Amino acid sequence: MLWLPEISGFRDKLRGALRQPPEEVFAALVGLSRHRLNALETMQLDRALQQIRIAERQSPAVRLALLGSSTVDHLIPGIRVAGLRHGLSIRSWLGSYGQYRQDLCEPSPALLEFDPEYVVLSLAAREIIAPIALGSTSEEAELALQRGVQDLQGLWSRAREAFGATVIQQTFLDTSAPLFGSFERRVPGSPARLVRRLNELVIDAAANAQVHIFDLALAAERTGLDRWFECKLWLQAKMQIAPHAVPEYGERLVRFVAAQRGLSKKCLVLDLDNTLWGGVIGDDGIQGIVLGEGTARGEAHLALQRYAKDLTERGIVLAVCSKNDPDIASRAVDEHPEMILRRKDFACFAANWQPKPENLRTIAAKLNLGIDSLVFIDDNPAERAAVREALPMIAVPELPDDVAGYVECIAQAGYFETSAFTADDRERAQRYTENMIRKADRSSSHDLDDFLAGLNMFTVYGTVQDVDIPRVAQLINKTNQFNPTTQRHSLEQVTEFCKDGANIVLQFRLIDRFGDNGLVSTMIMRPDGPQSGVLDIDTWVMSCRVFGRELEFEVMNIAVETARERGAGILRGKYIPTPKNAVVRDLYERLGFVKIDSDAGETTLWQLAVDSYRPQSTHISRTPQL
Amino acid sequence: MTTDSEILSTMSRTLGDLLDNDSIVLTAATRRSDVEGWDSFTYISFIASIEMEFRVKFGVADVESFEDVGAIVRRLKALRGK
Repeated sequence: MLWLPEISGFRDKLRGALRQPPEEVFAALVGLSRHRLNALETMQLDRALQQIRIAERQSPAVRLALLGSSTVDHLIPGIRVAGLRHGLSIRSWLGSYGQYRQDLCEPSPALLEFDPEYVVLSLAAREIIAPIALGSTSEEAELALQRGVQDLQGLWSRAREAFGATVIQQTFLDTSAPLFGSFERRVPGSPARLVRRLNELVIDAAANAQVHIFDLALAAERTGLDRWFECKLWLQAKMQIAPHAVPEYGERLVRFVAAQRGLSKKCLVLDLDNTLWGGVIGDDGIQGIVLGEGTARGEAHLALQRYAKDLTERGIVLAVCSKNDPDIASRAVDEHPEMILRRKDFACFAANWQPKPENLRTIAAKLNLGIDSLVFIDDNPAERAAVREALPMIAVPELPDDVAGYVECIAQAGYFETSAFTADDRERAQRYTENMIRKADRSSSHDLDDFLAGLNMFTVYGTVQDVDIPRVAQLINKTNQFNPTTQRHSLEQVTEFCKDGANIVLQFRLIDRFGDNGLVSTMIMRPDGPQSGVLDIDTWVMSCRVFGRELEFEVMNIAVETARERGAGILRGKYIPTPKNAVVRDLYERLGFVKIDSDAGETTLWQLAVDSYRPQSTHISRTPQL
Repeated sequence: MTTDSEILSTMSRTLGDLLDNDSIVLTAATRRSDVEGWDSFTYISFIASIEMEFRVKFGVADVESFEDVGAIVRRLKALRGK
């Protein structure tokens, strides 16, 4: 895990952390978890963490059951420490050795009480492939593998039925020794061919069953099997994952869980000199910097640019944070013939002489993103240290000295892990740029009404259809600001809500003269009980990219009309404060709801009589989607 | 070259870290049964940690045959001497 900074004197630092006042111990442990720890250090950190009660940790709790066909006990500390690093308090359940089938088919009362939210199946391939003869025909091998996959599908259903859990299936490692060499994968019954085909079948089956894939096999292909599997440990203790791989196993699994909970990074912030190009633009000038085809060093910087550009195509936003003269820097970006990234690719361009932490704060604010969703790339160790010190929630990879290793370092760090790739992701970067133009427009039009009227906005809305569900689930799980309850729902839960005709599940797109903002808001209303005239707003989220556009008012207009058509008399909403959702504290009040309850934790309950609702006037026209 | 006492002190610290017990002092004569909590699972982790610490790899036969800590030290030195 070379992207994490090294730590010296870990034992003393851990002791120091435990001597802090109780309220500061947790933060100190989080700080330690952001370093490159070996297996033993990981175990020690986990032991210290277990002394802090879940309720006293400053990160949300997640219940995860790890079920394996071999020894997986040793993986738990790595998982919990990775949780610490990724802002999740992981409570773990460890299946008994090889008992994953029993655990799912006849769960013990203790497991039922534990009630896992995630069930991780970490299985060895041999159970499925061992019975398949080496001399099998293609058809025989395929049939046997399909039976194995059907068996897995049965287990997935059991995990859903028993616990309502999100299932994470680990792909199968190929630990077989080659029998044929290069001819290996021409033989239908060879282990190497079987494991590869098994993984393909499992990945497809998982997509259909909305089961998540933890692709350890792909990671092992990239990093080498030796990094994960050691034959000796398999023989000694039936460990498929070797002890030295424990920290990385936890990291890779948990970053994927964290992604599903909206904790992945969203924005890549890049330094310029010696990062996007070689040399210092202020000293060397546009002709002097090293960039482009022809020299290895120039191509390495180009490779980083290309990787960043590819990231924008999957929805990652780019920004620049550089100590430079703003004019010289932006001219270099736009005029250097070899640049892949241009000024328009950056949603925010902070080239100035301010300290970098200050600029990073500004970038997060301008882009309306949480500061913890930034990744900062800088070749200069001193700048990296300064940012880590001032803003420890920003991910700052420890780049290798050689620029040739930058891309691999960023890729392996897995900051932008995801469990979906939606149409919205593909167009996101474009939207951020459009938003910058809109903002410029707003500062030029004096009157907000004129500005909004000039946008020619309309919403395309309707009940959520199957095709919308991945984006709806993504929006629910990623939105922290316009989210009165911070209620999270998995893809499976959203699917269930949509199936139940008693619920009203709405989606809203917003289109304006600059383009389509995509599916930007969703609301789930659920009846208080059978035949009830009361609808609870279980979930209401709206993307921050359309704040200040009056969409929330139009959404409520539509929600009230829909509720009325369904014969509901009362709408109820709830606000649960978090550090990030202050923007909706007064939301229900502004919409004409009446406060009916509040508690010491400042949770407030709101109610609206549908008949007394006065529709809000907005600048948004409507196009119902039939 | 690392001395026996330096190796023993590193091993003591490693086992102490694994068992969360700072008072463990291993000698050449120490057997697993002499140390409370040193079960087979901890033994595997201990060997793996020592391997990482000293950048050596013991064989499966080695790991099954170590009678006492002294045997581990001897094998470790032989592997490092190669």
